[in-house]
Amino acid sequence: MTAIPEPLARLLHEVEGLDRFERQQLLLEFADEFREVPPEVAERPFPEENYVTRCESQAYVFARPNPDGTLKFYFAVENPQGVSAKSWAVIMDRTLSGQPLESVLAVPPDVIFRIYGNEISMGKGQGLMGMLDHVKMLAARTLRERRSEG
Amino acid sequence: MTNVASPIAERGYAHPEVLVDTQWVADHLNDPNVRIIESDEDPLLYASGHIPGAVEVDWVRDLNDPVRRDYIDKARFEELMSRIGVTPDMTVVFYGDKNNWWATYAFWVFQLFGHTNAKIMDGGRLKWEKEGRPLVREVPNYPRTRYVAKERDDSRIRAFRDQVLKHMEARKPLVDVRSPEEFRGERTHMPEYPQEGVLRGGHIPGAKNMPWARAVNPEDGTFRPAAELQQLYIEQLGLKPEDEIITYCRIGERSSHTWFVLTYLLGFPNVRNYDGSWTEWGNSVGLPIEKP
Repeated sequence: MTAIPEPLARLLHEVEGLDRFERQQLLLEFADEFREVPPEVAERPFPEENYVTRCESQAYVFARPNPDGTLKFYFAVENPQGVSAKSWAVIMDRTLSGQPLESVLAVPPDVIFRIYGNEISMGKGQGLMGMLDHVKMLAARTLRERRSEG
Repeated sequence: MTNVASPIAERGYAHPEVLVDTQWVADHLNDPNVRIIESDEDPLLYASGHIPGAVEVDWVRDLNDPVRRDYIDKARFEELMSRIGVTPDMTVVFYGDKNNWWATYAFWVFQLFGHTNAKIMDGGRLKWEKEGRPLVREVPNYPRTRYVAKERDDSRIRAFRDQVLKHMEARKPLVDVRSPEEFRGERTHMPEYPQEGVLRGGHIPGAKNMPWARAVNPEDGTFRPAAELQQLYIEQLGLKPEDEIITYCRIGERSSHTWFVLTYLLGFPNVRNYDGSWTEWGNSVGLPIEKP
């Protein structure tokens, strides 16, 4: 079984040791560092195919190949109140960009609850999972294309 | 439908006193008899910035019993109110994200305990932010109070499964406030989601569908004027003010918003919220379901 990316495993370990307030502060720090997808990657209106359908924060996910064959992920969050979506975008960029695509595909959806806590609402959990699914879909597509070329 | 909110007093509501506008809140930030309460769906939103002096009431952590599926009891409500420095005669003003969806939910739970001195800030966070009003991260610390609550009264505004079944059999009005897809049963439980799964899709027989957010102006989150609400609920759904009405959704949060609209803005006196909602009904063995 493929392991999840090492940076994500480290973050999960770190979050497990935090109390609710500390975890909230850490997630807010991530949200504060959110930078939207640069114009050289995508500009408004963002393409429909990059839209995360299950996310009410109107999130978009993009990917560009790195020279080593991994992907760099970019995000846009159109809802200014989408704080959790922004923090999750930063976490995914930090822990999944540049990682082997097989390990990106190995990320289970329950990491969202381990990071954000079990008390997040259905809608919020769905939205964050939708963003993860979109990242995994882009990783899977890249792997598929590479295999068909090979 | 109008897109610019008129003053609350001019919108024709049955109980306009239950709403305050953002300016009223701005004018009462330091009022010792007013406690501003933020209730959001996004658990990071309050911590990311809130109205100066506002406290947070979290719908899961603060309002739900941690073990069984129910709301907090009298003792826990008293503890919550004492912790956020509220006394029984203090005015509490709720606001939040998503068109005040969670704010009306918290408001509804507060009404189970009879804290009637409660209001909603029209437009919620969206309007406050759009107006460029201040948000701060500093969490206020109010002196603890000794709040003595009334016993929780589930008889007036809350409906339980067996009551809903009898209501349905008597062909009394039910308002399903979920999305049309959920109402039609095209969407049931969410894949891979560990909570709130539902085994069957559809709706309670006889229920009529009116998605909750139709009561709100999407531009600024304010409630629509009474005439527009009457158009939705009286003309389109055929509800009558004297009807006994039960609202429901998935877990009772969205339907508390519609309960608020029908009860306070349109003045219907007999509206109850079925908080078991579809996650109870759609999982119960043998209950009737209508599916087109």
